[in-house]
Amino acid sequence: MSEETLNRIIDQDYKYGFKTDIASGWTIRGLSEDTVRQISQKKNEPEWMLEARLKAYRHWLTMTEPHWANVTYPPIDYQSIIYYSEPKQAKVSPQSLDEVDPELRRTFEKLGIPLTEQKRLTGVAVDAIFDSVSVATTYKGKLKEAGVIFCSFSEAVQEHPELVRKYMGSVVPYTDNFYAALNAAVFTDGSFVFVPKGTVCPMELSSYFRINTESSGQFERTLIVCEEGASVSYLEGCTAPKFDTNQLHAAVVELIALRDADIKYSTVQNWYAGDPVTGRGGIYNFVTKRGKCLGERSRISWTQVETGSAITWKYPSCILIGDGSSGEFYSVALTNHFQQADTGTKMIHIGKNTRSRIISKGISAGSSINNYRGLVQIGSGAVGARNFTQCDSLLIGPRARANTYPYTDVRNKDSQLEHEASTSKISEDQLLYFRQRGIPADQAMGAILNGFCKDVFRELPGEFAVEATQLLGLKLEGSVG
Amino acid sequence: MSALLKISGLTVRVDGKKILNGLSLEIGTGEVHAIMGPNGSGKSTLSKVLAGDPRYTIESGSVTYEGKDLLAMTPEDRSLAGLFLAYQYPVEIPGVNNASFLRMAYNARQKSRNLDEVDPYEFEMLLKERARLVQVPEEYFHRAVNHGLSGGEKKKNEMLQMALLEPRFAVLDETDSGLDIDALKIVAAGINRLRGPEKSILMITHYQRLLNYIEPDRVHVLAGGRIVKSGDKQLALELEARGYDWVLAEAAVADLNAASGRS
Repeated sequence: MSEETLNRIIDQDYKYGFKTDIASGWTIRGLSEDTVRQISQKKNEPEWMLEARLKAYRHWLTMTEPHWANVTYPPIDYQSIIYYSEPKQAKVSPQSLDEVDPELRRTFEKLGIPLTEQKRLTGVAVDAIFDSVSVATTYKGKLKEAGVIFCSFSEAVQEHPELVRKYMGSVVPYTDNFYAALNAAVFTDGSFVFVPKGTVCPMELSSYFRINTESSGQFERTLIVCEEGASVSYLEGCTAPKFDTNQLHAAVVELIALRDADIKYSTVQNWYAGDPVTGRGGIYNFVTKRGKCLGERSRISWTQVETGSAITWKYPSCILIGDGSSGEFYSVALTNHFQQADTGTKMIHIGKNTRSRIISKGISAGSSINNYRGLVQIGSGAVGARNFTQCDSLLIGPRARANTYPYTDVRNKDSQLEHEASTSKISEDQLLYFRQRGIPADQAMGAILNGFCKDVFRELPGEFAVEATQLLGLKLEGSVG
Repeated sequence: MSALLKISGLTVRVDGKKILNGLSLEIGTGEVHAIMGPNGSGKSTLSKVLAGDPRYTIESGSVTYEGKDLLAMTPEDRSLAGLFLAYQYPVEIPGVNNASFLRMAYNARQKSRNLDEVDPYEFEMLLKERARLVQVPEEYFHRAVNHGLSGGEKKKNEMLQMALLEPRFAVLDETDSGLDIDALKIVAAGINRLRGPEKSILMITHYQRLLNYIEPDRVHVLAGGRIVKSGDKQLALELEARGYDWVLAEAAVADLNAASGRS
């Protein structure tokens, strides 16, 4: 009976599950060298980009899918995936925000992302990506005045080839892993950010990823570079319609921070998680995110709120090369129903006196499984390095599972590591205690979850902290009372 | 005086086992009743059923509160109607600050009465005043709800909640257990300050000592899932001196007589 009450509380409908009725202008299904050439041609890419894609594709052919993560799924048929899908618009590449197709505009409006520069979310520039293409980027002009480049990755290849060639693959080479290689071969779009020396980006940057077409894969490529003393705060959001089939989102995100640069990267991930009852459908979110603190005293901070996807396989990491550089990872990962998550971080200490901090909060409900997997590696030259790790798990209901796999590898004697971990449970007795004091179960659940996640939420940019709190509430709240 | 709470023939099962067996009890407005009884007699079950714990199955009987069907109300509606349970084992809520928990509870009441909710500053002032009433230190405010508190501290925290929510009907489930004599005096003094002509209290206790500090109007003995004897405070003293066996024996004889009378 107690389980029943909990289930009522944690059930809720996915409100982003609608599909936009817009024709696909052009699609490519199946994977071959020809697919790679077609994507490159479609994007009118220079020869060097095509060569890089082909090299990655040929390498991918020699690789095998990794299965070390604690998740299970049927074999993926890479030939049935749609690798490129663009919405059919009146204007093929809109030159201004006014030219964006009204149907697409309405879609993003409905998702709470207005593609205008006047309305809500002022002070936040948005790059909106629909299936395989970026449909609009707001505030480009204003950012350009400050010297900041914020555009789609495809545009960057055309307009800033020297920057793309210099930095792309310098953090996540195509040889890195199976999905990184696949991404390097068939990536379609994503965001590009370049903040020049000494510049503080004048506004929050944000990308919104939407997968609309059934069976389509989304191969996002994002690159953020902060030169000496520059800083930026970037946030990405993601949603998808409900389909019975699984869709693959295999992204590669690279961050580069030069001396005294500061990059803050936040994610609110709410991909469709699959059917709550049957577990069918949902996104496979297989993502490689990594940042390089190249310069002295540089700083990269990852904050993620992972609430969606059928399967999440994701380890935003920091390579701390510059002396005195620091990396941070703040994570809330929530799994419900049949969701599976294997997520965490890697902190690779190379420079002297480097610092890292890991705060991971895993919440598992329903029949889900939530794994934290993390590596702290301190190299022989990283004298004076310090790491603090805290991994907490919260279980809701009797069938949810949580695991923690912390790996450490320390190769010098002058470093300090701290690791704290805890596992707790939301019990029916706790909810009843709130209710006996007149507080409804939904509000009780919200209060417990917020208390559990507050160390992570306070790292999110202002208005998104509120959004994340509400999202978490929605994911677990139901029709009690 | 009309009854605030009226329990008639209440029979309750937990995990298939009958714990309450035709229990009847009436508590009038402004009255303080005590229920005593040996271990396993169903005392705590009664408190959980009154609070609305869904794990207890009501087989038969009724409970009316202020003339309404209490058993049809949700736990939160019972609370908002003025029913307060001081837990025998208060529940720990890590990560949730006591002051914000109490403010949620207070504002839930304000909302149900169409009154304005209070902001954190206003609330802190109110809480300080109520804490003085029951002699609870202010350091409790900003700790997690019951988390890391000793048994005695938890009981004091329950009294703080009671002082804040000013229940019309309070059920005190073994509030005296786990308290040393000094703490017991403080808690009892706090409860006495919360008494009033419009407020009723049901004390559930294993020992008579709490009744030395909080004087009951009526004392009942619960055994085998029903009230087997009722009296005034003298009964409590008698139980203290003679134990429960004589009451149980009396009840058994009465049962036998009732059974033979029927045949």
